[in-house]
Amino acid sequence: MKREDITHLAQLSRMTVTDEELDALATELPKIVSYVSAISDIAAIEGDKTPVVGPVHNVFREDVITNEADGHTADLLREMPVTEGRYMKVKKILKTNTD
Amino acid sequence: MHTIAELRAAYISGEKKPSEVIKEVFAVIEEKNDDVFAFLDVFEDALAAAELADAVYEKNGAGTPPLLGIPVAMKTNILIKDKRATASSKILENYTATYDATIVRRLRDAGAIFVGATNMDEFAMGSSTESSAFGVTKNPLDTSRVPGGSSGGSAAAVAMGAVPVAIGTDTGGSIRQPAAYCGLIGYKPTYGAVSRYGLIALASSLDQAGPFANTVADAELIHNTMAGQDDMDGTTITDDTYPAVPVKETYTIGVPRDFFTEGVDEDVLRAFDTHVEELKALGHTMVDISLPLFEKGLAAYYIVMPAEASSNLARYDGIRYGYSAPAESLLEVYEKSRAEGFGDEVKRRILLGTHVLSAGYYDAYYGKAELARKKMREELDEVFKSVDLIVTPTTPTPAFKFGENTDPLAMYRQDIFTVPVNLTGVPAITLPMGTVERDGTALPIGVQYIAPHAGDARLFALGKRLYDERR
Repeated sequence: MKREDITHLAQLSRMTVTDEELDALATELPKIVSYVSAISDIAAIEGDKTPVVGPVHNVFREDVITNEADGHTADLLREMPVTEGRYMKVKKILKTNTD
Repeated sequence: MHTIAELRAAYISGEKKPSEVIKEVFAVIEEKNDDVFAFLDVFEDALAAAELADAVYEKNGAGTPPLLGIPVAMKTNILIKDKRATASSKILENYTATYDATIVRRLRDAGAIFVGATNMDEFAMGSSTESSAFGVTKNPLDTSRVPGGSSGGSAAAVAMGAVPVAIGTDTGGSIRQPAAYCGLIGYKPTYGAVSRYGLIALASSLDQAGPFANTVADAELIHNTMAGQDDMDGTTITDDTYPAVPVKETYTIGVPRDFFTEGVDEDVLRAFDTHVEELKALGHTMVDISLPLFEKGLAAYYIVMPAEASSNLARYDGIRYGYSAPAESLLEVYEKSRAEGFGDEVKRRILLGTHVLSAGYYDAYYGKAELARKKMREELDEVFKSVDLIVTPTTPTPAFKFGENTDPLAMYRQDIFTVPVNLTGVPAITLPMGTVERDGTALPIGVQYIAPHAGDARLFALGKRLYDERR
């Protein structure tokens, strides 16, 4: 795992990393990856391609309205970093010719 | 601090009032929290709730709900409406919960009073509470040492005598390890026994909430109050999900000896051997068992847990709630908020999780780790055909000193005995197993009992006989 691999993982994870952090991660992450690679030594699981299904399974049910309209709106808006009226405000995603 | 049973008796007889006890709780926090730092937040409104409870006891006595007026501390990754829930992360420093976790609602319905939020490793990633963004929690029994983690604040809150019970969460040992380091009972339920609705997720297929307590009876009462199927968590189980696990007079108990060969403290092993002899004397049948895949547990854990964590923590984007860094574009808001909001260990695990889930590596890591979990469950099912319970030390060593485990891998090895329990979803309890001496201080260590799925009642029954009755 090279520095540029870690930079790429950071991009995928939507996090910037400083050069200082990269220095530390470049020594720590390969050690951890090498440690967890022991998983491939488990002879017993070689060749077992059956899907992993536990006793816990997906649960479906009809939607039921449990709260009054606007019952939680103020609480949720309060937690948003930037709002305008009843809306959450985000930065522009697409650039236009006039930008 | 008293036990729940003692407080309840005193409330009913009128010898003590809930409001007096809540004042005592605040006094202990006032005296010790600056040093120990178990609590991040103290809930002043607990006193008003206690005064209401005073009146209800005067009127109804023993007819009141079973936890009425009992002070409880909550780990800061559990949502209590209108209280701060931070997961000890800068990214949630100013986040106020907008709803109650199911376990909060159930404890409150039973009359419990929440007195404060406890410190933890950031997003429950750690075994020492050193990775909190707000400062370290100290072990009340030796303040040069860690209380364990990630639920170190909850363990310290009970161990310093502030509360009789505290709630933590356990993803790979985060209740059992700090309970062992602080001389307490700690309980990790069968996966799905307790609703995860309203817990800040680390790894959803592993997380469970459970109690810290001074007696097994108290831990059982709290667990039973929180447990049960919940429509808000589709992974909660019902009484018929697993075959019944009966409580017996004596048990056949398996000892996975091969598992203890490396890296286990000699004094811990000696205490464990003594404990095994005591079990024989009490009429239990001890047999050596082999669990070869369990030794691979940590490798599987450090694939599954970061994979799930990297997905779960994707929600912290600086947009809907939590810390938001000033930035020019939407992408920059994400990248800067996460870079500035998360600490080192969280970043390490997000990157590791992203790596093991990325194209080309998924089969080699995540796919293999999930297969290993399945094989571990099969190995365990096979062993439980011939034994009723499995016993191990809870941790390989007693509490270590601050800064002693700076290497991430050394820290991860603290959880070698606890992690396989989460990977397979079975329940486990840690009981105090005496002390070992370090630098002239007697440090507690723990013994872990593991039961088959849904064997929660068996663990509590054995725990009460082994610990409560001989206290």
